Order: sequence, then C-alpha cells, then structure tokens
Amino acid sequence: MSTLAFVLLYGVSYGLLLCLIAVGLVVTMGLMRVVNLAHGAFAAIGGYLAMGLLTPLGVPFGLAIVLAVVAVAALSVVIERLLYVHLYGASELDQVLLTVGINFIVVAGLTLAFGPNVLPTRLPPSLATSVDLGFRSFETYRLLVLGVGVVVIGALWLAFERTALGARLRAAVDNRSMTQAIGIDVPRLFSIAFALGSGLAALGGALGAPLLPLEPLYPFKYLVLVLVIVALSGFGNIRATLLVAVLVGVVDTAGRYFLPDSGSFTLYVLLIVLIVWRPDGLLARRVRR
Amino acid sequence: MSAATSPLLDRHRLRPLELAWWLLALGYFFVFPEYLAVATQVLVMALFALSLDLLLGFAGVLSLGHAVSFGIGAYACALINLAGWHEAISGALAGGAISGLFALAIGPLILRLSGLPFIMVTLGIGAVLYEAANKAVWLTGGDNGLPGVTLDPLLGVFRWSVLGQTGYLYALGWLFALFCLARRLVASPFGMALQGIRENPRRMQLVGAPVLRHLVVAYGLASAIAGIAGALSAQTNAFVGLEVLSLNTSIDGLVMLVLGGVGRLYGGLVGAPVYMFVQHFAREWNPYYWMFLIGALLIIVVRFSRRGLIGLLDDLLAHARQRHRQ
Repeated sequence: MSTLAFVLLYGVSYGLLLCLIAVGLVVTMGLMRVVNLAHGAFAAIGGYLAMGLLTPLGVPFGLAIVLAVVAVAALSVVIERLLYVHLYGASELDQVLLTVGINFIVVAGLTLAFGPNVLPTRLPPSLATSVDLGFRSFETYRLLVLGVGVVVIGALWLAFERTALGARLRAAVDNRSMTQAIGIDVPRLFSIAFALGSGLAALGGALGAPLLPLEPLYPFKYLVLVLVIVALSGFGNIRATLLVAVLVGVVDTAGRYFLPDSGSFTLYVLLIVLIVWRPDGLLARRVRR
Repeated sequence: MSAATSPLLDRHRLRPLELAWWLLALGYFFVFPEYLAVATQVLVMALFALSLDLLLGFAGVLSLGHAVSFGIGAYACALINLAGWHEAISGALAGGAISGLFALAIGPLILRLSGLPFIMVTLGIGAVLYEAANKAVWLTGGDNGLPGVTLDPLLGVFRWSVLGQTGYLYALGWLFALFCLARRLVASPFGMALQGIRENPRRMQLVGAPVLRHLVVAYGLASAIAGIAGALSAQTNAFVGLEVLSLNTSIDGLVMLVLGGVGRLYGGLVGAPVYMFVQHFAREWNPYYWMFLIGALLIIVVRFSRRGLIGLLDDLLAHARQRHRQ
C-alpha cells in the first residue's frame, strides 16, 4: 500500500513536471503547426538561468525561478519574431532543420557558459527536508512540484477555457484563417502563446532541475519524451496533455521501481504503440476518420 | 520514351558535371593516398545520405530515425562477420537485407502516419533501439561495441591494406553501383509514383495508386541501402559502436543531404565531403564551436538556400550561361 502510494506520488509529481514542459508546446504546436524541436532548449535555458541566479548570486529560490521564467519568455518572443515567423506554413523539413539548428546553438552556448558536465543543483534548506505524511515521509521538494504543477496547470486550463484570450487561442487552433477573418490579430496571438509556452517550459526546467538534471545536451535528451507527450495529446488539448504526462510519469516511475534493469525502454515501447494506435492523440474524437 | 517528350525524365539524363564528381572521387585515390581512411568514411556517409534522399527527396517521407537502418546493417554485418563469415561483399549485402527486412516489417505500421506523429515515432524507434543495443551487452557489446571485424581479401585477390586503398575503392564501388540503381529507380514508373505521392498523397490515392504499398517498398529499399552503408562502416572501421544507432547519426545524414540539396541524388555526394571536411577542422579547433557552426549553418540553409550547394551551383551556371549569351 505504502509502495503504491510512493510510486503514485513520485510518478504524479514527475508527470506534472513533464506536463509543465510539454503543455506550452501542445498549445504552440496546435496554434502554429510548427514541429518545434527546440522547445526543450527553452526549458534548459530556464533551468540554467535559475540555478545560475540561485547558487553564485544568492537570489532566493522562488525569485530566481520567476526571473528565469520572465527572461526566457522575453527571449522566446525575440526568437519567434526573428526565426519562427519564417516557419509558419513552411515544410516540415524546414521546421525540423531550423529548430534542430537552434538546439545545437543552445547546446554549444550552455557548454561554453557552464561547462560540459551536469550542473549540480542545491535546493534551499527549507526544501531539502522531508515531510511525514502519516504512512511514509516524502521530500518537501516533491510536494512543492506537485503543488506548483496543480496550481499552474489548473490556472492555465481556466485561462484557456474561461477567458477571452483563451477563447481566441482555441479559435485560432481550430481555424486560423477564420479567426483572422473576424479581426483577431493572429500573429500577436502567436507571440503571446509562444512566450507563454516557453515561459512554462522554463518553469518546468527550473523547478525540475533536481529531477531532470541540467546538462548541455538537455534539449536533445528529453526531446523524445516531451514530443511523444505532445503527439499523444493531439492539437491544443490541455486535458489530454495532463492525462498523458501523468501516465508517462507514473509508468516511468513504476518501471524504474519494479523493473530497474529495463530503464526507459518499456516506456518508449508503450508510447510508440500508443502513437501508432491513436495518431491523432489519445483523446481524439474518432468520428473524424 | 524520348527525353524530349518528358521534362520529368529529362533531369535524369547524365550531365558532364556529374561525371566530374566520379572522376574527382577516383582522382582522390591517387592524389591523397595517405588520407584514404577518412575519405572512406565520407563515402559511407554519402551513401547513407543517398538512401535518405530516396526517402525524403523522392517519397517525401521525413524520418528522424534513419540511423536505425544504418545501425541494424552495421550490427548485423559485424555479427555475421564475428560468427565466422569473412567475405566482404556478401557480408554487406546481408547487412542491407536484414535492415531492409526490418523496415518492411515496421513500414506498414508506421507509414500510415504522417507529419508530427510520424516524426515522433521514428524518433522513438531510434531511442528504443539505441537503448536496446545499450542493454543487450551479450549481443552488441553495449558501450564497448563490437571490435575485431576481419575480412578475407576482396574477391579473393585484394588484401585490406593498412592505408585503406582497398577499403576506399570498395566503398566507392558500392556507392557507384547503388547510385546507378537509385538513379534507375527514381526514373522508373515506381519512382514517378513516389514523386506523385510526395507532391500530393491524397490525389495519388484518388487516382488509384497503392500509396501505402509504394511507401513501404520505398522505405524498405532506402533502409536496405542505409543498411549497406552501415555494413560498409562496420567493415572499413573493423568496429561497430553504439554511435551508429544514435540520433546524431540520423541528424548528420539529414544535414549532409540538405547541405548538398534534397531530391537530386547528388545531395549527399556533395554534402557529405563538405560537411565532414568542415567538421574535421572545426572539431580540432574546438568541439563546441562546431556545434555553433552546424546550428548556424542549418538556420542559414533554411532561410537562404533551400536548394543546397547544388542549387547554388545551378544558379551560378545559369547566370554564367546567360552572360555568355549576351
């Protein structure tokens, strides 16, 4: 019983973290139809920035993360205006090549700035403790990830479903030209969504640094995992993203716990089978076929 | 059918400039006998990029896991060799055949997908096979790889020399043979059908073409050629490591192809030498500058030169011809 609770809690907190990183990509990919392989690069930059502010400069943990998120969001708008604008409506090959190119540049930049090894992350003392939950004690940090994940994704879901901006975004995901035709500034919407998505990735990268270790090859290392979640989510579907990410988190944690030798192998095979079975996303309506 | 009646077929006629490439490759053998080992790897990668061109440039299928085909060919060839079969040509053919069969097995499942799901699945299959090869130490040697691939003299006559003369000509021979095959293929009715699918799969379906079957056959052929390239890499390096299955290999091949020019068969043949030449010197200078360089290169290619180096050459030639006329 306590093992099950342990696997569930670890799996769900890991899944929420993956969801934070992936959800921004789900929205931007649904909106812009760009195969963005550089999303992980924004998460990596966010993580490195936060840790760079935290350890040598002594900025408080929460503030460091907020600053990193804002900085990455700002940077992403610049990159979107400079490079991504040329990808809207371009071939998949162009999209893959350009975003892989961005990944290479980020990897090289991170190596030059922080060295080729894993960046050690030191949590503030208040988070490095454990909390006794009655049947078992858990790291406070895991609970923080859980809490932040629930709050941010909940807020995002509310914003997406209940606000005017969310309605515009959903409209543009469903039918871009019609949205433009009724006078909504879609390019501006793209920039906002892109900044939001990259900021969320940065939040995931910074908050998740102890779980997904920061290293220069980060953008490539978690590429498959994040993109598979996106592919299984379908276009612009936040609920599906949450479901898939938590599923991935729990399966991966359980796999590591019960079958430590197989590593991420089981997970990848499962995900490939799921994509081949449901290429439009796990929760996609089947009527369209 | 005469070439004049079909402009589609016209571009498959041999042009004098194409001959120049093969003469240069042959000339290299005599001019730089001390650098043949590196050049052999260039030929191997050119063959790999050629197989990718069949898939991407003619069938319009973008795979980020083409290293799977390369790696399976390499491992299969090395394992057959280590089991005691030391003949080179049949060894390479066996590597290609096994890689092609694997592709034919998974093709019908994954080629139904397109766009992002297809890219993801090819990435995922690459990750799974890399992980599997890493764990299956009893079969693949894991991190240590499979050293000790030894070959009988080629055709029973030519010994495998230290400087790699035999290896270079052997790889060049394979490249030429498979290039001719690919050239015949893309000009055949099957090749035309593939290009139709690339341009508009739905329409091809409507006119009654068996789209999925064509794609599976193309995927099988491209994988077999990539498998032969992998086998050549195993034979000429006398070693197979995990690197052959990595995402890096897939991306390297793709970048070489794009650098040269997609959909012209010569893309890889031009892109691979340029890419590996620059890589060689940039890496000696600083490995991370190389990553900057390749990243910047990719962005520049997408933004300014979609037709690659060959496209650039074409433009220059057309410009010169116009000048000449005036």
